[in-house]
Amino acid sequence: MTVHRSRKARTIGAALLAVGAMAATLTACSSGSGSSSASTASASGGTYTFWDPYPQYTASSPWAQLVSKCGTEAGVTVKRTAYDTTALTTQALLAGQQGNSPNILLIDNPVVSTLASAGLLTTTAQNGLSTGTIAPNILDAGVISGKTYGVPIGANTLALYYNPKILAAAKVSPSSITSWATLTAALAKVKAIGKKGITFSGINTEEGSFQFLPWFWGAGASLTNVDSPQAIAALTLWTTWIKDGYAPNSVIQDTQTTSWQEFQTGQFAFGENGTWQKTLAAQMGAKVIAIPGENGGSAPVPTGGEFFTIPVQKNTASYATSAKIVSCLSSGSNIVTTDNTLNYIVPTQAGQQAQVSADPSLSSWVSAVGVAKARTGDNLGTKYPIISQQLWTAVQKAESGAATPAGALAAAQSAATAAINK
Amino acid sequence: MTAERFKTRSAVRHGDGAAQSAPSRARRARARRRAQLTAWGFIAPVLAYLGIFYAYPLYRNIDLSLRSYTLSSFITGDAPFAGLSNYISVVHSPTFAPALVNTAIFTFVSIAFQFAIGLALAVFFFKTFRLSGILRALFLVPWLLPLLVSASTWSWMLNSDSGIVNSFLQAVGLQPIDWLTSPKWALVAVLIANIWIGIPFNLVIMYSGLQSISPDIFEAAAIDGANGWQRFWRITFPLLRPVSAITLLLGLVYTLKVFDIIWIMTRGGPATASTTLAIWSYQLGFGSLLPDFSSAATVGNVLILIAVVFALVYIRARSRLETT
Repeated sequence: MTVHRSRKARTIGAALLAVGAMAATLTACSSGSGSSSASTASASGGTYTFWDPYPQYTASSPWAQLVSKCGTEAGVTVKRTAYDTTALTTQALLAGQQGNSPNILLIDNPVVSTLASAGLLTTTAQNGLSTGTIAPNILDAGVISGKTYGVPIGANTLALYYNPKILAAAKVSPSSITSWATLTAALAKVKAIGKKGITFSGINTEEGSFQFLPWFWGAGASLTNVDSPQAIAALTLWTTWIKDGYAPNSVIQDTQTTSWQEFQTGQFAFGENGTWQKTLAAQMGAKVIAIPGENGGSAPVPTGGEFFTIPVQKNTASYATSAKIVSCLSSGSNIVTTDNTLNYIVPTQAGQQAQVSADPSLSSWVSAVGVAKARTGDNLGTKYPIISQQLWTAVQKAESGAATPAGALAAAQSAATAAINK
Repeated sequence: MTAERFKTRSAVRHGDGAAQSAPSRARRARARRRAQLTAWGFIAPVLAYLGIFYAYPLYRNIDLSLRSYTLSSFITGDAPFAGLSNYISVVHSPTFAPALVNTAIFTFVSIAFQFAIGLALAVFFFKTFRLSGILRALFLVPWLLPLLVSASTWSWMLNSDSGIVNSFLQAVGLQPIDWLTSPKWALVAVLIANIWIGIPFNLVIMYSGLQSISPDIFEAAAIDGANGWQRFWRITFPLLRPVSAITLLLGLVYTLKVFDIIWIMTRGGPATASTTLAIWSYQLGFGSLLPDFSSAATVGNVLILIAVVFALVYIRARSRLETT
């Protein structure tokens, strides 16, 4: 009996192993066949693959339904796969290496130049996408040496959220904040009444550079010269805030999410954060102003948001259908609806007008996006990631007191130059 | 006659053997070949497993580190052979020295504390007392929690402004410490978390080692008048030596490659203050928008090399122990 049972157990074990092995081979096969079906799909019917960085939207969400509707209108079935933002970059690179890129790839804007330089993306001249009335400063992240590699789904950017209750208690008028000096004076008043000044994300990842850029550009610094006096002034502003207790020490390791959580405690007067927090901001009664430049005016802010791209396929005939799906997703009322759910600003003027007339509180964001700059712009392209990494390292060193702003930025400049010339 | 008979018999036997030999030898050879094939059949899954999951990735990693991969050559797969130039540039990088020193400090301090505390607790719990079972089980909690949970909890507790550790320090009249954001303390903070996580492993292994020591020896020592301290240093510790050696080696390999705790708590920062080789390798490969796979693989190989050196030291030490 026991012998019998143990033999049975062994058989079951072997069966399980076999099933496992088979499942492994099957998944391997399916990923292969998926690619071949994608590349052989002709304009008349077939399955088109579509990757996006929105895992929060399930198959029943309006976004997923819009994607499949646009596929149906183009006469094909769209198979949508959602990845986490950072995972999507890696996935796109690996798929490119294996020669099975998706038909349509919705990717974070600074990655477009990286993928384009790797030869993975088609230009709008090849795929027939129209860039039409898209604002040039938003489209810029997709333009490398005169060629356009995609169209933006929408744009978001950074601004300064403020807590009106704290500013009222500290007797600071939001409209008085027009330069670094007036902002720092406001922070001093806030600290004097026992509240906390400002929170931002100064972490050593891309988020840290993204958050530092408005101050960096606001001082008039350029990414090609990160140890300029203007750049030093911007970094000194941040480190002085931390030293004087206007910004908490935790900004050194805060992501934009944890920095936002700090702002949400209601103890902070200001929080540098993005368009994507505007719904939560409205819930807590927070308002928004533009990030001031050093000597007045609005500082240029970096654009965030994804681009629709059409990766290179063996079957070039598929581009036309992919372009049809993309223009369905990125035009007319579809894009306005999509950008409203994604908390994005529409990249065209007509779309922006539609958004503002539906929700007047968006007007400050529309003007922020209007002066935003692409991180990979100024023809930096793939040099941007290298410079950005050195920049956030310098920010970290200065914030934590491991180096002076001038010393940290000088080291960053020489490291970036060395890496670019490698 | 006898000789004759002997001859015939031997001839017969011989002839008999000759008559049988051809088919039987073939049969035996076939059987042997079949046995060999069966043996290969049994080994094949292991070989395939080793090949697919160990040998090929290792080969690929070495290949990546010996070629100069850019993004486009990663896609096309025609990266030029670069010899040791990746290794040279990694060693000359300003991050190399701090990463190596941090790795060494992180590994040795972690193991020293994990081992000492684990051993002390094992000896403590070896004397069963009321609730000792429950207490011992509680000490296993760090091991059972997902690393993401424990690392996030530590990073909240050590937060400069709102962490419980700093409010405690202030309550007893001490200065708060910027645990995760000061270059002086970041490595200490991740060390504390890592030691806490590693204690249960050491406790369990050392406890089982203690159970394998015969109680007679302790009794004999007690009769001879050895006190508790002498019993520990003269009996427990020497007899635990083989178990200690394997615990230390496993601890070393585990700690060398620790990534998640540091990444979640400090991301290797501020700047490079808590960057170990494992963190640096990840930063190079996946930390920026422009992956540098060759350098990442190079740093990974340096890490593997260090682990192999210590494994060899362990094997030599063990064989020396066995011969004496």
